[in-house]
Amino acid sequence: MELGIVRADKPSADVGTYEQLKRGLFSVRSRNIVGLALGATVLSACNVPTFGAFRGATTQGQNEFHLWQGFLVTAVFVAAITFGVLFYAVIRFRRRGDGIPRQSHSNVKWELIYTIVPVLIVIGLFAATFVSENQIDAVSSHPALRVTVVGFQWGWKFEYPGGVTVIPKGSVYPTLELPEGETTTIKLVSTDVVHGFYIPAFNFSRYALPGVTNYFDFTPTKIGQFSGKCSQFCGLYHAEMLFNVNVVSPGEFSSWLTSQQQKVTA
Amino acid sequence: MTVIEEELSTYPGGEAHHEEQPKGLLLWLTSTDHKIIGKNYMYTSLVFFIIAGAMAMLIRTQLFAPNNHFVSPQTYNELFTIHGSMMLYLFAGPFAFGGFANYILPLQIGAPDMAFPRLNALSYWLYLTGGISMLLGFLTASGAAAFGWVSYAPLSSATNSPGAGPDLWIVSIMLVGFSGIFTAVNLVTTTIYLRAPGMTMFRLPIFVWNMLVTAILILIAFPVLTAALIMLYADRHLGTHIYSVAGGGMPVLWQNLFWFFGHPEVYILALPFFGIVTEVIPVFSRKPVFGYKGLVFSSLSIAGLSTGVWAHHMFTTGTVLLPFFSAMSLLIAVPTGIKIFTWIGTMWGGQVEYKAPMLFAVGFIVIFVMGGITGVLLASPPIDFATHDTYFVVAHFHQVLLGTTVFAGFAGFFYWYPKFTGRMYREGMAKIQFWLAFIGSFITFIPQYLLGLKGMPRRIAEYLPADHYTTLNQISTIGAYMMGLAFATWIVNIWISWRRPIPASGNPWDGHTLEWATDSPPSHHNFEKLPPVRSARPVWDMNHPEYADHKSSHSAENAKSEETR
Repeated sequence: MELGIVRADKPSADVGTYEQLKRGLFSVRSRNIVGLALGATVLSACNVPTFGAFRGATTQGQNEFHLWQGFLVTAVFVAAITFGVLFYAVIRFRRRGDGIPRQSHSNVKWELIYTIVPVLIVIGLFAATFVSENQIDAVSSHPALRVTVVGFQWGWKFEYPGGVTVIPKGSVYPTLELPEGETTTIKLVSTDVVHGFYIPAFNFSRYALPGVTNYFDFTPTKIGQFSGKCSQFCGLYHAEMLFNVNVVSPGEFSSWLTSQQQKVTA
Repeated sequence: MTVIEEELSTYPGGEAHHEEQPKGLLLWLTSTDHKIIGKNYMYTSLVFFIIAGAMAMLIRTQLFAPNNHFVSPQTYNELFTIHGSMMLYLFAGPFAFGGFANYILPLQIGAPDMAFPRLNALSYWLYLTGGISMLLGFLTASGAAAFGWVSYAPLSSATNSPGAGPDLWIVSIMLVGFSGIFTAVNLVTTTIYLRAPGMTMFRLPIFVWNMLVTAILILIAFPVLTAALIMLYADRHLGTHIYSVAGGGMPVLWQNLFWFFGHPEVYILALPFFGIVTEVIPVFSRKPVFGYKGLVFSSLSIAGLSTGVWAHHMFTTGTVLLPFFSAMSLLIAVPTGIKIFTWIGTMWGGQVEYKAPMLFAVGFIVIFVMGGITGVLLASPPIDFATHDTYFVVAHFHQVLLGTTVFAGFAGFFYWYPKFTGRMYREGMAKIQFWLAFIGSFITFIPQYLLGLKGMPRRIAEYLPADHYTTLNQISTIGAYMMGLAFATWIVNIWISWRRPIPASGNPWDGHTLEWATDSPPSHHNFEKLPPVRSARPVWDMNHPEYADHKSSHSAENAKSEETR
């Protein structure tokens, strides 16, 4: 099998379809052929450090976290080689005496190596990215819950089924309640300027963009409180456009939603 | 094979050009000499650099403590907007293709001046007018523009950002944009038509190659920005609805147009500085450039790819084809990596002397490699989802831009300082400046990477104690002050060199290229005589005939041309 060329297991009638391409990438990955980048991605999370990042409190966020680890391992490897060679050259070839060194202009072998190896690494990184981003970007056709998030200057509004809305009250930031272990599809819009709907612990952000409606899924895996922020600069009080995320068990969530819906009808 | 005797050829008409020049201030105001205009550009852009750097100090002071009230949110937003706009539009670009290219490019190709000297002067005056217009924003009633250097619609609309400050910002960027376009036309024409006899395209110094590629990128990117700005102005004042949803427009169009300019712009800023480093490293290693053609083709492929990566700034908009832009953005790391290895290859086996220009060049490589690698991470959309618009991105692009425009920029500044002024700078002070800036940059930006990973968004005027961002921000601020101190050292260095000059010879570094074949500073039309150009290093060939490039068997092209004679 040639390096860097994505090939499916069975080149059959459906060659070239999207699913085939995806499966092809998986098969390449499982054989650890594309290179170190992918090899690192399939390593279990416990052996590789977090490199300062959140582990991700959703399945999507964890997926991103593993991709991040794979990229970071590759980055450390590339940096170690580059800096190793650079610092060796810096120290080894410092000027001693007044001689003129050999005037070498090129070395085709090395030039080919330092062109082809990066191309292979990049192909590996792209393959890992492609697999991961399709999973993170996937939107469920029948989610357990649909929430509309509206960004405005300078706050957030969360709209649940049954007319339940959560908005900032005075100096209290709004809280986005989510059920653990279930998939929620968020519909994200903006009423004025561009905002960035960002939950650091979920490893995810998306623009609330006037004129564009965005959909994405969260499947929280951890019960707890997380902070949310506006990441895209949106004017004077951008820094204060905060919200909270509260992930609770599905039972607690449905009783919360029911009580809120009763308040609406009352 | 016949060996042709080395002889300096007299420049045609070199003597006849010594007409009377005005003196003093009048010279600076009226000159069309590329050297005077180049210096005007350089001094002006460095003044803007110091102003924008001072703004960075204020920004870092504000972020030193949580809930800080050192400046108001409005002032903070104006400060980071003008800091970014000045650094990118008024310093980094004009410093390179207004300052260095203007002064050095005609000298390196053996030309008496730029192809269009008056257009060149017009470029400078447009640039100065534009720069002053931007600063005038602070004097308007509603303050300067406060929507970030990217000016996203619809935050930049007349409703969301009223007042004359934003208008001055728009006009300023348009003027500077036209100045850049005119300079690009001038540089392309000069490089194509005014090369000295024997200076074939593959004998051009890499600096000239990179400026040529940069100029072409300017011609691709700047007109798009100018058009986008005209439409923004029309939306604000002429009642159009190009970027507003209410009137049937599309806000995201601004982002597409802006980044179609904005990403080539990153390479417009980087390529000239890559060129500078490629001049400095061979001279201080006493070797020719390693892999010359690889460098040329990597510059060309960076230019090509850079027009297809703009939407990696828009991964989180949900409106762009992620795999395509991700693949292109990852791929552009390859030609950039090639450059890194050719620089190391140039040092390999050499006699490397660490004078200030070489120190800054090596510092550039270290910082740029870090910024480049974190850039590869950001080219992956899922990783970008997690870090977009956080301090991770801030740290990434500051390492890239500080590495290129400041470290490579000062490598060039000290390298050509004797050529510009006929004087030497103080080596010890330049080294102090280097170490302060180098160590300071890591203390500033490594904590910012970590802050980004902890979820600190960029462009926030305040953060909460509960965010636990305080310690890292304090370390970062101390690093920024160290860098401030570095540039104070530089100003003192220049002051001392001005008050107590040490004269520099025509060729203090044993340089390779034609600018070192004339006096320091060069006379009005640059050259009295030119050495024969038989390789990319004519001055080296002249000074070291026994090691001359055109005699060496390594250079296949030159060996061939010798045989055909």
